[in-house]
Amino acid sequence: MSGTLRPDLALIARTVRPGARVLDVGCGDGALMAALRDNANADARGLEIDGSNVAAAVARGLSVVQGDADTDLGYYPDASFDYAILSQTLQTTRRPDLVVEELLRIGAQAFVSFPNFAHWRGRLSLMWGGRMPVTRLLPDTWYDTLNIHHVTVDDFRALVKERGWHIDGQWFLKGDRETTHANANLFAEHAVFLLRK
Amino acid sequence: MASLPFSDDSRFGLRRQARLPGPLALSSGASLGPVDIAYETYGQMNADRSNVILICHALTGDQYVASDHPVTGKPGWWWRMVGEGKPVDPARHFIVCSNVIGSCMGSSGPASLDPATGEPFAMRFPVLTIADMVRAQAALLDHLGVDRLAAVIGGSMGGMQALTWPTLFPDRVERCVVIASTARHSAQNIAFHEVGRQAIMADPNWRGGDYYADGQPPVAGLAVARMAAHITYLSEAGLTEKFGRRLQARDAKTFGFDADFQVESYLRHQGLSFTDRFDANSYLYITRAMDYYDIAEDHGGGLAKAFAGTKARFCLVSFDTDWLYPTAESRIIVHALNASGAQASFVELSSPFGHDAFLLESPELNRVVDGFLRGGRA
Repeated sequence: MSGTLRPDLALIARTVRPGARVLDVGCGDGALMAALRDNANADARGLEIDGSNVAAAVARGLSVVQGDADTDLGYYPDASFDYAILSQTLQTTRRPDLVVEELLRIGAQAFVSFPNFAHWRGRLSLMWGGRMPVTRLLPDTWYDTLNIHHVTVDDFRALVKERGWHIDGQWFLKGDRETTHANANLFAEHAVFLLRK
Repeated sequence: MASLPFSDDSRFGLRRQARLPGPLALSSGASLGPVDIAYETYGQMNADRSNVILICHALTGDQYVASDHPVTGKPGWWWRMVGEGKPVDPARHFIVCSNVIGSCMGSSGPASLDPATGEPFAMRFPVLTIADMVRAQAALLDHLGVDRLAAVIGGSMGGMQALTWPTLFPDRVERCVVIASTARHSAQNIAFHEVGRQAIMADPNWRGGDYYADGQPPVAGLAVARMAAHITYLSEAGLTEKFGRRLQARDAKTFGFDADFQVESYLRHQGLSFTDRFDANSYLYITRAMDYYDIAEDHGGGLAKAFAGTKARFCLVSFDTDWLYPTAESRIIVHALNASGAQASFVELSSPFGHDAFLLESPELNRVVDGFLRGGRA
């Protein structure tokens, strides 16, 4: 049920058109895919790097392929999906810009969600403590985090502008609630963008 | 679960054999007929015949997937996957497992009598392909009154058959499970098979394949072939863990050529015990069928094209220590399935046991296959 989904996933689940073809890149155990299948009758496929997550998703009856977003997106044909989704994975890829390009090649639209590294808590931690922030959304310490490209809302907007992508939708989350677009770079913990080429 | 009135039909049950009508047209252009197929069935077909699962065996496997082997007395080769409470469950599924043609456990093969001469075919048996094995399975399903398969499942050579099924019969397969397998035999795979075949043919008892009359088969050659193949089914880590450099029943090296090391003794045992249950000529024919296997080549060079007409959902599994059919081989299939728009799942499981892992205890494998067969909507 979408009610138990992580807030950014619930938001994406509400926005996807019924019956859409969806590729969820970094789909984890398939929670979003299952919700899209069950509630929106979507034809959902997944790509996931962790084998036990893939096994869990396959055991839910989902079509999930074990693979790496950095290397395996090239195997998907052009325009083969209505949506390509990258949720909380962008910051773990080696070349986030190239991954988004691939998403927009494979899907007519792409959802990209990521934690905002410019949230004020992180800024305070760095400014006053002089330490890399460890927060609810970013709980790992600097030496064992999977997040290798720290990105902020404004960084991402700048990339979108530079590449000439179109923003069809943008949402900002604080906890499980949507928050205002104003000063999102300072106050949003999490951002969701819907892009088009 | 409703069962059909013919549930006590003599076609269904353990240790069955069918003589299929008409000659079978083979990939080589030759034909084979009549064709005998030995098989077993487990469970009962439901009223709408929607619960049929075909299991395909590996190179030296047989139809005894979940019942005791008549020669060795050992439990069925995939008892961990097939049985009460297992992913393939006779309480829910009607399960068919047949012996491939070319083999020696009751299906037509080189040891069968050639009706033209009354003598064993030996090397006069036609050369087969994996597709020929699949066509014979389809003929058996016709005989059993089965139109559609809820699933076809196989590991290793069984996976090759499973993958071939939707390419030949796109309307007859709903799900396809391919474990530790490939879409084409590599040069390395062919090379190992050639070592085995040459070992058999170099045995003076082989005599061009005509050894059936006097009961003196090429046991030594077949044992060597099995020893070489067996190494490819394991992993270095697995061998090291199991045997290391430990000596067999002695405290010191003999400085001779006895089986000083445990691993030597183990391989000799594997080789010799194999000759009790397998025919050397069948080994030649089946390895040849595997070597000729290349689904893309059969479809004008395009693997994706092979799956264009199917609505089947696919599930592929590889093991990280399998160097005979490594993960990269499964990925080639997955990418082709993606390109053809087919529903495909793929997972690489971790195991120290190499290629053999698909036959061994693997809760993860069972979980994946069970989930895939249930389809998640129930």
